[in-house]
Order: sequence, then C-alpha cells, then structure tokens
Amino acid sequence: MSGGDQAFLEPGLLDRLGHGDSSIHRLDPRAKLVVTFAFVLVVVSHDKYAVSALVPFFLYPAALLALSGIPVGQLVRKLVVTAPFALLVGLFNPLLDRAPLLELAGLEIAGGWVSFLSILLRFALTISALFLLVATTEIPALGRAAERLGVPRAFVVQLLMLYRYLFVLADEAARMARGHRLRGARRHPHWRVFAQMIGQLLIRALERARRIHRAMLCRGFDGRIPLLAELRFQARDWAFLLGWIAAFALLRFAEPAQLLGKLVLGGGA
Amino acid sequence: MSRPQILATDLHYRYPDGMTALAGASFAIHHGERVAIVGANGAGKSTLLLHLSGVLQPSQGQVTIDDLPVTEKTFTTVRQRVGLVFQDPDDQLFMPTVLEDVTFGPLNLGVPPEESQRRARECLEQVGAWHLRDRPPHRLSAGEKRRVAIAAVLAMAPDVLVLDEPTTGLDPRGRRQLIQLLKGFPHTRIIASHDLDLVLELCPRTILLHAGKIAADRPTVELMRDDQLLQRTGLERPLSMQCCPICNNK
Repeated sequence: MSGGDQAFLEPGLLDRLGHGDSSIHRLDPRAKLVVTFAFVLVVVSHDKYAVSALVPFFLYPAALLALSGIPVGQLVRKLVVTAPFALLVGLFNPLLDRAPLLELAGLEIAGGWVSFLSILLRFALTISALFLLVATTEIPALGRAAERLGVPRAFVVQLLMLYRYLFVLADEAARMARGHRLRGARRHPHWRVFAQMIGQLLIRALERARRIHRAMLCRGFDGRIPLLAELRFQARDWAFLLGWIAAFALLRFAEPAQLLGKLVLGGGA
Repeated sequence: MSRPQILATDLHYRYPDGMTALAGASFAIHHGERVAIVGANGAGKSTLLLHLSGVLQPSQGQVTIDDLPVTEKTFTTVRQRVGLVFQDPDDQLFMPTVLEDVTFGPLNLGVPPEESQRRARECLEQVGAWHLRDRPPHRLSAGEKRRVAIAAVLAMAPDVLVLDEPTTGLDPRGRRQLIQLLKGFPHTRIIASHDLDLVLELCPRTILLHAGKIAADRPTVELMRDDQLLQRTGLERPLSMQCCPICNNK
C-alpha cells in the first residue's frame, strides 16, 4: 500500500542519534554550539583560493565522529543530499575565472577550478560540523543552549515549534501526495494542481497554528516558554571549548600545511 | 440546590465569516456533575466548549464560572479552573518532551519548578504515562498522546474538565481505558462527543445542541430513548440501546 511513498523526512533519525550516549553527547550543548560556530567562522574566513590550508580542519569532524560513535555513513548521506547546493554555488567559478593560477605536472590550472575546489571543501567541513552538532545534541537542548547564550526568545520558540511540528506538517503533505497519487492520472501533479496543493497545505498549517495558539493560551501562555532543565557547565565542557578554539586558531594562523610543506621541501616553493 | 458552578446565559456566537455557531444557549452545571454535550456535525459543540474556557468571547450573552464572569480580565483564573482537552492532541502537546509539556501549565501559573515537576509526575502517573516523560510527543501513539494531553490539563489543578471528542482516533481498548480513567476523576466533567455509548456510560445528563440552540437538556437515558428527537437532530440511539442485529433481525 505504501509503495511509492517517499520518506519526506526521517523523523526518527535525528532523535535517535541525539539520544545516543557518548562523551560528545554528554557535553553541555552550549560548549558544542560555540565550538561549532567558531569552526564555521574560521573555515569560511579563509582566502578564496585556500585548499591546502583547509585540509587540516577535517581533524575536527573526524575526531567528533570517532568520539561520538555516529556512523560515517550517516554523515556521507547528508553530504550527498546537500551537495547540489554547493555545486550550484561553485559551478560558475571555473567558467568565469580562467586566469591560470598554478601549474601542476605541466598542466595549467585556472583559478576558477581552485576556488571551486575550495568551495567544496568548505561545504564539506561546515556541513559535517553542523550535522555532528545536531546529531549529538537533542534539539530542545540546543534551544536551551541558544537561549542561555542570549539568542532572543522569539527565535528559540520558533526553533522548538519548528522541531515539534515539522513532522506533523510533513505527515500532512505526505497524506495529500498519497491522495493525489491514488486518483491522479499522472505520476506527478500538474504544476497548477501542485500550486493548489501547496496553498492547501498553507491553509491547513495556519488553521493548526491557530488551534495550537488556543491550546497554549488555555495553559497560561504569556509569550514566554518556561524551560525546565538546568544546564551545568563543567570542567570537561571548558576543556572541549578552549581546546578546540585553540586548535582552530593554531590551524588558521600557523598554517601547519605550509609549515609541513616547507619542512619537506626544505624551505622551497 | 447550591449555586451553579458554570452558568451560561443566552450565548450567541457568529464566526468572522458570518456563520452562526451559537444562537441562544443557556444552561447551568453544578459542582461534580457529569454532563455530555451531543449534536450533529456543525451543531456548535466545539464552539460552545471554547466559550467555557474563555478562548472565544460570545457576541451576546455571558458565561460565569463560580459567579466569576468570563471576560478578558478573568482569563487567567478561568483557564486555570476550567481545563480544556482539545480534540487533536497534536494541537495540545506543543513542547519538545512530554514532561516539559505537562509542566508548561503549572510553570506559567507561577508554580516553582520543583513543585511543577512533582505535580507533573503525579498527573502522569495518574494517567499511566510517567514512563513516557522523556519522549517527544510526535513519537507517541494516539492513545498515549491523549493520556498525556489529559495529564497536561490535570497539572493545572482545574475544578472542571472539558473534553472535546476524547475517543477520536482511539482503538477499542484505548477507548475503554480512557472511559475508566475519566470515571475515576473527582472533577466536574463536560464531554462533547459523537460516541453516544460513552455518553451513556459516563454522563447521567445530556445537553443536545441543534443548529446552535439547545434542543434538549435531560437525563441521558431518557433522551436516548426519544427516537423522534434523535432523528430530527441527526443522531440515533446508542448501539447498546438498539436491538441486537443478530438475534432480533428475523
């Protein structure tokens, strides 16, 4: 019966991973959040032709993968799914930037290809870091962390609501798609029908939002969402936070790849 | 007889799109009563329930709870006293985990966190759902969601429980368990339902709504025998009061 139903979302997956138990899972979510953002900032701060300088940064996702026990396959799948965005962003670089930048084994390589490669590396690094953050931290805990770090409550509430109702919405969309498939002559809806379905989904979402708001009012909602759990920042959280930030600084400013290269080539290049 | 706990006087309500949902409904409900509200689709049941906890304001008429008129000024008190369990638990369980959802109400009422937690535990245990406390609501079954939604309302320590179609989406066993659970509460209970067998079992008194008006307000057993009335208002006898189709259809 469910043949042909695509899974719009994998509702259980992130929950299951987030509920795992490892030294990484147990860290205070604030430490992970700050380190992840520091990592992303450092990675994107590199020069547009940076390639070799970026490679050592794979140390961070690799270490987290090893320590958290998250299967590598999960990460690779997420990278593959999101890769088209990065490809699209980098696509025009080789076409627009044809100035030869370096020579490799007699072959001239245009700057565009180098920056394209750089974009792909950045993409892989940042997506890996974000995926590992979400996979080792429950979303509600992330919300709490963001709130404690001073993110406005409105955003935190948005995040929590999104997390709660994304699955309900996806479910509704899946039911609608199934309804179409069972009566529709075509495999995919005509664009006009599709537009109507999207509109229908919006109306349903608005209706539900109104009912949820009512339910919240009935339980005394006054614009603030009270959160229960206490967060405790411990020695291991400090160690994780300061250790990685020091490592990122070292990789960014000391450029070990070049140091290593100079060492090997005896100060050449 | 003592003064009524809930008094509705000549309630009118018209939705913004012009549809009239209530056209003059009056009734009184006393402490500890169990009252069913029945009626065909669109008869105004849900609209009426939303008036009891002040979610909707009547365009004419008034609701009072323990002599306190329901107005914008009294919302907080009214919503604490009258606990409304919505038809779709997905609308009601909006927090990331079950425990957080059940503590949402008491925390908003200013109950300290430890006391809120204690209360949440008590209510979850009462509905047999304490073991679900760390689960996200979207991963629960329909029956589990329903029980958690009831716990979330109980945690506000209301005097009146108002339930909108509590058996929707439940399998027979889930329905049976819910009926047993509802029987055990000390609260005044108001239940809107199409499940007339449930009504017959839980509520000695029934208010029948038809086109926004009260068509009958009588003892349930008496009302359910009035076939003419039931048919006129789009209902029929509860199955348990119909003749057995296997033995008697000869």
